[in-house]
Amino acid sequence: MRIRIRKRVVESKRKIILIKIIAVLSALLADAIIFLFMNVDPLRAYYEILRAAFLTEYGLTETIVKFIPLALISFGLMVVFKAQTWNIGAEGQLLMGAIVTTWVALNLGFLPSYIIIPLMYFSGFIAGLSWALIPSFLKIKLHVNEVLTTFMMNLIAQKILEYFVYGPWRDPHGWGFPQTAMFPENARLPILPGTRIHYTTLLIALATCFILYVLIWKTTIGYEIKVVGGNIEAARYAGINIAKIVFLTMIISGGLAGLAGVGEVGGIKFRLNPNVSPGYGYTGIVIAWLGGLNPLGVAIAAFLYSGLLVGGDALQVAMRLPQATINIFNGSILFFILAFDFFTRYEIKLER
Amino acid sequence: MTNDNIILETRNITKFFPPNIYANYKINFNLKEGEIHALLGENGAGKTTLMRILFGELTPDEGEIYIKGKRARIKSPRDAISYKIWMVHQHFRLVENLTVTENIALGLANKIIHPEKEVESKIKEIMETYELRVDINAKIWQLSTGEKQRVEILKALYAGSKILILDEPTSVLTPLERERFFKVLKKLKENGTSIIFITHKLDEAMKSDRITVLRKGKLIATVYPNEIDKNELVKMMIGKNISFLTTKNKRSISNKKVLNVKNLWVLGDRGVYAVQGATFELKEGEILGIAGVAGNGQKELAEAIVGLRPISKGEIYICEKNITNKPTRFIYDNGVAFIPEDRIGTGVIIDLSVIDNFILKTYYLPEYTKHKIFIQYNKFLNTFNDAVKKYGIIVPNPYFPVKTLSGGNIQKLILARELSKKHKLIIALHPTYGLDVATTNAVRKTLLEESMRGTSILLISEDLEEIFLLSDKIAVMYRGKIVGVFEKEKADLHTIGLLMAGEEIRGA
Repeated sequence: MRIRIRKRVVESKRKIILIKIIAVLSALLADAIIFLFMNVDPLRAYYEILRAAFLTEYGLTETIVKFIPLALISFGLMVVFKAQTWNIGAEGQLLMGAIVTTWVALNLGFLPSYIIIPLMYFSGFIAGLSWALIPSFLKIKLHVNEVLTTFMMNLIAQKILEYFVYGPWRDPHGWGFPQTAMFPENARLPILPGTRIHYTTLLIALATCFILYVLIWKTTIGYEIKVVGGNIEAARYAGINIAKIVFLTMIISGGLAGLAGVGEVGGIKFRLNPNVSPGYGYTGIVIAWLGGLNPLGVAIAAFLYSGLLVGGDALQVAMRLPQATINIFNGSILFFILAFDFFTRYEIKLER
Repeated sequence: MTNDNIILETRNITKFFPPNIYANYKINFNLKEGEIHALLGENGAGKTTLMRILFGELTPDEGEIYIKGKRARIKSPRDAISYKIWMVHQHFRLVENLTVTENIALGLANKIIHPEKEVESKIKEIMETYELRVDINAKIWQLSTGEKQRVEILKALYAGSKILILDEPTSVLTPLERERFFKVLKKLKENGTSIIFITHKLDEAMKSDRITVLRKGKLIATVYPNEIDKNELVKMMIGKNISFLTTKNKRSISNKKVLNVKNLWVLGDRGVYAVQGATFELKEGEILGIAGVAGNGQKELAEAIVGLRPISKGEIYICEKNITNKPTRFIYDNGVAFIPEDRIGTGVIIDLSVIDNFILKTYYLPEYTKHKIFIQYNKFLNTFNDAVKKYGIIVPNPYFPVKTLSGGNIQKLILARELSKKHKLIIALHPTYGLDVATTNAVRKTLLEESMRGTSILLISEDLEEIFLLSDKIAVMYRGKIVGVFEKEKADLHTIGLLMAGEEIRGA
């Protein structure tokens, strides 16, 4: 008997979905072994995750709370990755969005809600976008690799944030904690009563999903993005302005990450502190890939991954498991999905 | 002379390429000791696949290789070399920035240290025996294509190879170099080397000791050249009789200048001028064929005309309009269609659908979009379906990914796309390179029809037969210069061949 590996010629959608499901099941199986070692009944643990993330009202709303920033970021990254441009800087773009929004909220608080809230979204969007501008220019004008610059811009953004919250913006009545004062009432995003869901940002995220779907599949810009990402030589040959596409996709992803920053300070924390983002900008990279760089797929991936984060937290409390276990659990799910990606591109056959 | 000792034999070699291509199917091939064996077939017949299997670059799905009657297990080129087999690829595998000596010593893994003196004296010895002379201290990039080929052969001999495989060795050579090459083969044979060379040219195959014909992955026959005539060989190669284009209808060429290139200077990738002061013009409905060995500035010339490469000096006019250094899209919109050299690498986006590839040059035009933003695919479908019928593109539906199409179908798709947009000039870079006979014919027919309709065509090709068949005027490009322009009637193969090789001709 021989094992033979062949590249799939046509990657059928149904098979890809099936393979992703098998990947998740394999991950669960592998994790079950770990849970058994820790004297935890894996089935109970899985039920706990599922229940905490999706089956209780509190859990479901918390999943949506995490979904909002993750979805916004991964939608943007999906667009830029489609053009084969590698923005690793969503984290920094989110932070810049949060910083600028904080300035608006703290300094223009005298404006009525219906002016200041749109202004916060707008300035957050522009801040994220601008932060993506620098690497875009470096890439287009000087051919500097955007992976390095966008990543380094994250570190700079983090330091700028720390400068403000430890320095000039530190709340004088905050017992010395590195954080700003609370936002005035009219500079807080509207919240669904009884939850932490800032629904205006949620609506923006859902609208983004729809707009990007139309952009990618129906417009000339979307077509150019696909050509640039599919074969840059062909794009050049066709006379497509490649710099324009790189620039446009970079600022779309930067702006959307900035919006995620607005939601986090304006709708969740109501102030700026160094822990605005638990690495949403990096998680978004993974989600964009898990969702197959397709708007609906990314939305689903963002939702399920948010549930995983919420369920993991709940598991920690309910079963008294250390944080590390949850990290292993989340990590292994990702690992299996990415590893199984191989099978969507290759088929393996046993012969004789 | 040849004896009947079979040095290499394959039994039932089969190689499958998904989804449905048998590149080789149960091939029983043999090579006698000290013979020159031509492997003849069309592109895609499976010649290169079979040779790469012998050289260990591909593993067969089935079948065995025997060397001197013993089963040989060849899993990598290293195994092949240990069996004294060597393959010279169509595209040479030399390090351009190293010297000849360094290239020859490179990759010989039997010893770690190769003292330069020792290597040099051994190379010189080989050069004398086989009359294969090259300057061993020259860097590879300084050599001509023919010289590079000699370096590749020297490498094989240095490694002690007894079986030499050459993949389309003459395709890069000028007519003069070609003659020299066959002399080298004779010399190799006299010294006991067995040679397989791949070709799709009949007259070259006739110069060998034996010919094996492959067609669509199957071995059709192995014959002696003196027992067969060319017509029979063609039939074996193609499987049927094909009516070739012979003459074209007489037509009048107007005096209207469509393309006017004046003293054009264009930098190549290496930072030296690849086009050096090219001047020519092209009239309405005229076909100008540019002959020349690849790498003499033809590609750079074409790219400069369509704005893909900056022009350092000189001017280009299309119908009196100056398009020098204008954006590519502006030039296309002024009626230039461009068939690129590398159809997979630049002509299509293989992961996108056939229709998405079809619209590459027109997707933004007002007649196909709403408010210049939304692409209206339904408006493309009619044009697309007409093109599929007209050019005989075989494709199940418009949404099929291009990567499942054959090379010939991809070229037809590119042609259909380029001609679907309003055009008065076609720039065709090696438009039939690597295509099978039927597709080649179809492409040439389309080009002729276009010229009848008044389209001007700049035909850049290495295939002299093609140049003579289609062109009204023939120019030769050598080292970036146009070294002669002839009316077709006044041009002869010999003169063109000499010019391609860089010989100066009085009165040209």
